[in-house]
Amino acid sequence: MVGTALQRRLIWRTAEVVDLVDETPRVRSLVLAVPGWPGHQAGQHVDVRLTADDGYQTQRSYSIASPQSTDERLTLTIERLDDGEVSPYLARELHAGDQLELRGPIGGYFVWAPALGGPLLLIAGGSGSCPLMAMLRLRQAAGSTVPARLLYSSRSLDEVIYRSELARLVAAGSGLEVMLTLTRAQPPGWTGLHRRIDTEMLQSVAWSPAERPWIFICGPTPLVETAASALVDLGHEPARIKTERFGPTGG
Amino acid sequence: MSFVSRGFKGRSRDKPRDARVPPGQYVVHDFPVLSAGPTPQPSLDTWTFSIEGEVDETKRWTWAEMRALPSETVTRDIHCVTKWSKLDTTWEGVSVDTLLAGVETAADYVMAFCDGGYTTNLPLEDLTGGKAWIAFAFDGEPLESQHGGPARLLVPHLYFWKSAKWVRGLRLMNEDSPGFWETYGYHMYGDPWLEQRYSGD
Repeated sequence: MVGTALQRRLIWRTAEVVDLVDETPRVRSLVLAVPGWPGHQAGQHVDVRLTADDGYQTQRSYSIASPQSTDERLTLTIERLDDGEVSPYLARELHAGDQLELRGPIGGYFVWAPALGGPLLLIAGGSGSCPLMAMLRLRQAAGSTVPARLLYSSRSLDEVIYRSELARLVAAGSGLEVMLTLTRAQPPGWTGLHRRIDTEMLQSVAWSPAERPWIFICGPTPLVETAASALVDLGHEPARIKTERFGPTGG
Repeated sequence: MSFVSRGFKGRSRDKPRDARVPPGQYVVHDFPVLSAGPTPQPSLDTWTFSIEGEVDETKRWTWAEMRALPSETVTRDIHCVTKWSKLDTTWEGVSVDTLLAGVETAADYVMAFCDGGYTTNLPLEDLTGGKAWIAFAFDGEPLESQHGGPARLLVPHLYFWKSAKWVRGLRLMNEDSPGFWETYGYHMYGDPWLEQRYSGD
């Protein structure tokens, strides 16, 4: 668990919303132009700060869904929690041209780059796919052929974020496989997985421990706990299993 | 404050802001889990807690020895750097003062170390004087492993990443040195009242 020193001061920056993408009925991506953005690694996050006209402020953290680019832009993917204080504003109220304060990048442990190699095993639950998508987008943009698998648990097909883009990435033939498991509702004729992630599923999807995959797991705590513990039990090194969690308090 | 988020209202502010909630934090009623890797499952048969480093003599306790020490029940507010705060949490544990009694050291800093490889650094004076515990129970129940059980460091006056889960010892140091999250740019001290989230805050 040794990291590289990152001791840059994180200043608040004013971003402008340049595009909005409705990913699913409850999930929207914000494409932001961030003048002076210093760049980031795939898997890092930002803090967003909202200020009401009476000066009241609140902050939340969101993973960055886009890979590093040269145009000072980044994408956040927001799941709307109806009783949340921040996500309904970000996912419904904001429109193109609005401004948003943020700072980052934050983190540096839950990150992947092609130089780290693989195989690369990504396990997502719900909107936990967001930082993992940054890794897959980076892998594609860099022309990496590191073998990669994404096991993505979603309640239904309609709630799979980045669905068409994932299909395109698989079709590009660079060695990415995507396995969906739909836990609540399956479309007619669905022949894929349809239960919560468990040991048997992980055993069939994960490479053998001898192949030493890098494993990134992001989702709600029960999914992360189950998947990480099962992978340890299957013989994978704990130090190669990296986790990020979110819960309903993400608001 | 010149910047205003167009159309943002935020939660009702009929009530004055709770003076116990540090800036940038919001109150939760559940207990979120955050960690960088799998949850360790150490055996209590081989578990030990050590005080080592810049000390005249390393001290070590087994689980049974630790639990035989006098413990305290304390109720404190806790504040996570990911913005949530939880008020009136009740813990039972052994005061770090009890563990340090009789330890001879000239060190000013401590690195807490843990199962799973996690570390975090703190000034020694933030662990003494009734400010820190090795906690093994939460809300009257044995501490769940996903919350750091069998035992975690509890330093409630600092952001909660300093309250290292699965703690196995304290290494005393003459110089401050960054721990796990501190190496990735989190603040070396982490005072929630000064919003010391990241390096330079």
